[in-house]
Amino acid sequence: MVNPVRIDAKGMHYTPLNRAIREAVASGATEIILDHVMGQRFIADGLRGEVTIAIHGVPGGDLGMFMSGPTCIVYGNCEHAPGNTMDAGQIIIHGNAGDAVAHSMRGGKIFVRDNIGYRGGIHMKQYLEKRPILIIGGSARAFLGEYMAGGLILVLGRDRGRPEIDRGIGSGIHGGMIVIRGGVNEENLGVGATMSELSREEIAGITPLIREFIGHFGLDSADFLNDRYFKVIPSSARPFASKYTWEV
Amino acid sequence: MCGIIGVIDRTRERMDGTGIRAALSEMNERGSGEGAGYAAYGAFPDFRDYYAIHIFFDNLHETKPRVEEELSKWGVIEYDEAIPTYEQASLRKVHIPWRFFFRPDPHLMPRSITPEDDVVMHLVMKVNTTIPGALVFASGKNVAVFKASGWPDEVADFYRIQDYKGYLWMGHNRYPTNTPGWWGGAHPFNLLNWSVVHNGEITSYGTNRRYIESYGYQCTMYTDTEVVAYLFDLLVRRHGLSIETAVKALAPPFWDEIDRMPEKEREIFRAIRLAYGSALMNGPFAIVVANEESMVGFTDRIKLRPLVYGVKGNRLYISSEEAAIRTMEPDVEEITMPKAGEPIIGRYVA
Repeated sequence: MVNPVRIDAKGMHYTPLNRAIREAVASGATEIILDHVMGQRFIADGLRGEVTIAIHGVPGGDLGMFMSGPTCIVYGNCEHAPGNTMDAGQIIIHGNAGDAVAHSMRGGKIFVRDNIGYRGGIHMKQYLEKRPILIIGGSARAFLGEYMAGGLILVLGRDRGRPEIDRGIGSGIHGGMIVIRGGVNEENLGVGATMSELSREEIAGITPLIREFIGHFGLDSADFLNDRYFKVIPSSARPFASKYTWEV
Repeated sequence: MCGIIGVIDRTRERMDGTGIRAALSEMNERGSGEGAGYAAYGAFPDFRDYYAIHIFFDNLHETKPRVEEELSKWGVIEYDEAIPTYEQASLRKVHIPWRFFFRPDPHLMPRSITPEDDVVMHLVMKVNTTIPGALVFASGKNVAVFKASGWPDEVADFYRIQDYKGYLWMGHNRYPTNTPGWWGGAHPFNLLNWSVVHNGEITSYGTNRRYIESYGYQCTMYTDTEVVAYLFDLLVRRHGLSIETAVKALAPPFWDEIDRMPEKEREIFRAIRLAYGSALMNGPFAIVVANEESMVGFTDRIKLRPLVYGVKGNRLYISSEEAAIRTMEPDVEEITMPKAGEPIIGRYVA
């Protein structure tokens, strides 16, 4: 068996491309290299197993959707919703990603070197040992962690010291945590979200994740550690308890 | 879900339609094969001073004489021809595309500051509301529009868009959701020199339509995007707003953002929102609009549809997907996502 398996995706539709990936995994490949990827959606969707897929080019939307176990390393930018409802495994993006990154993610880790678009981490969730983690090196656009139900989003604000995030951060959040280096302006917090500074112990808790992020992209840890971090969490155990029903 | 793309060369160097055909086809996942189309600016150099009035005829013997009679009341038809088409295996030719190169008589609209444009606008609305079986789908100067029900490559090959050159191209791959796909519902939508491609839906269509119809525009295409072309014509050509201000009227900042602005800015934005409340567009959208000298892309205020842009040399590319831009221009510099509601503008420089 050949390892790594190399697939030239030029001009290929995603269906035969995903078939080729599955065949390689089934035959025991642990490393797959995709060249000339250009907008093919749904790469590695629902894929299981111990395999690392290196993606050269621009993968289309929903990369790694429902994926459970594999690692995807993207050398380029991603379109919308990488890690959509991902179950386990990792997505490492050497560039930017579009809107709804980690949409409904339920486990595993996503590392984005630069910036992401709107609604990153929308409706992330967690259950027992499943706790999804999204780490963004740069900034995120509005509605980060919208309707978030669990998991962790960490925004590092690379090159700026403090990320730039517009309105609606954690809008509708009822579980999980958004950690933002340097914090954000109060008016940019969404409905039902509240912000407070991370304690030393809490910072110690996220430090291994920051080191992991730095390791993926060959960055300097001094730029990220020894700084203030803030967390955005639900303002109460049930912030929307009286929105749709009332209790007597 | 639809796919949109636009490119403008700011020195007016012209490109043929090969690149945009490939780019739009890359986004086939965004369409359903029920509508695709292209617009090319600078396509008719031999007739650059004439309005290129494009019509879908259901038949020629009954409707074409009625259209010619109407046009002749308001000006001179310099030349007309069937738009050349080439049979495609899976695209049914249900209409006969025709184009007239027309010179309106400006003396017939004495009270207008843009009499020729107003004659043509009047004719477009008149034909589309009173002559069954004839639909004017484009009416700009030196602007060609190619659209039909089909996939992007089929529509491109049906008209052989590689035979045309333009310094600004737009393309649209349609996935109709609220109304059936038909030739007149394919994008781009055009009126005079305005062309629009749009992904999403304008949920404020009812309000916008009532507003725009009070200024003499008539909606006849059974789909929401039509109002965008008319709104730009009203706000920019007739009311004299800049492109930037027009975008801010259609996709304005939220009131709480306006409240936090410095005083002068706050007053301007309050005035815009109050004056153009009925022009404000709600719902998810990403839109590219062009006229003869510029192209602008923008999204709804909470960014419910994708839009990115990139630059290479003298060219600005705006599209739903980075991959589409890279298909057309592999060496494009950085790809950037504009902020929600913020216009990205490429302009022709003399």
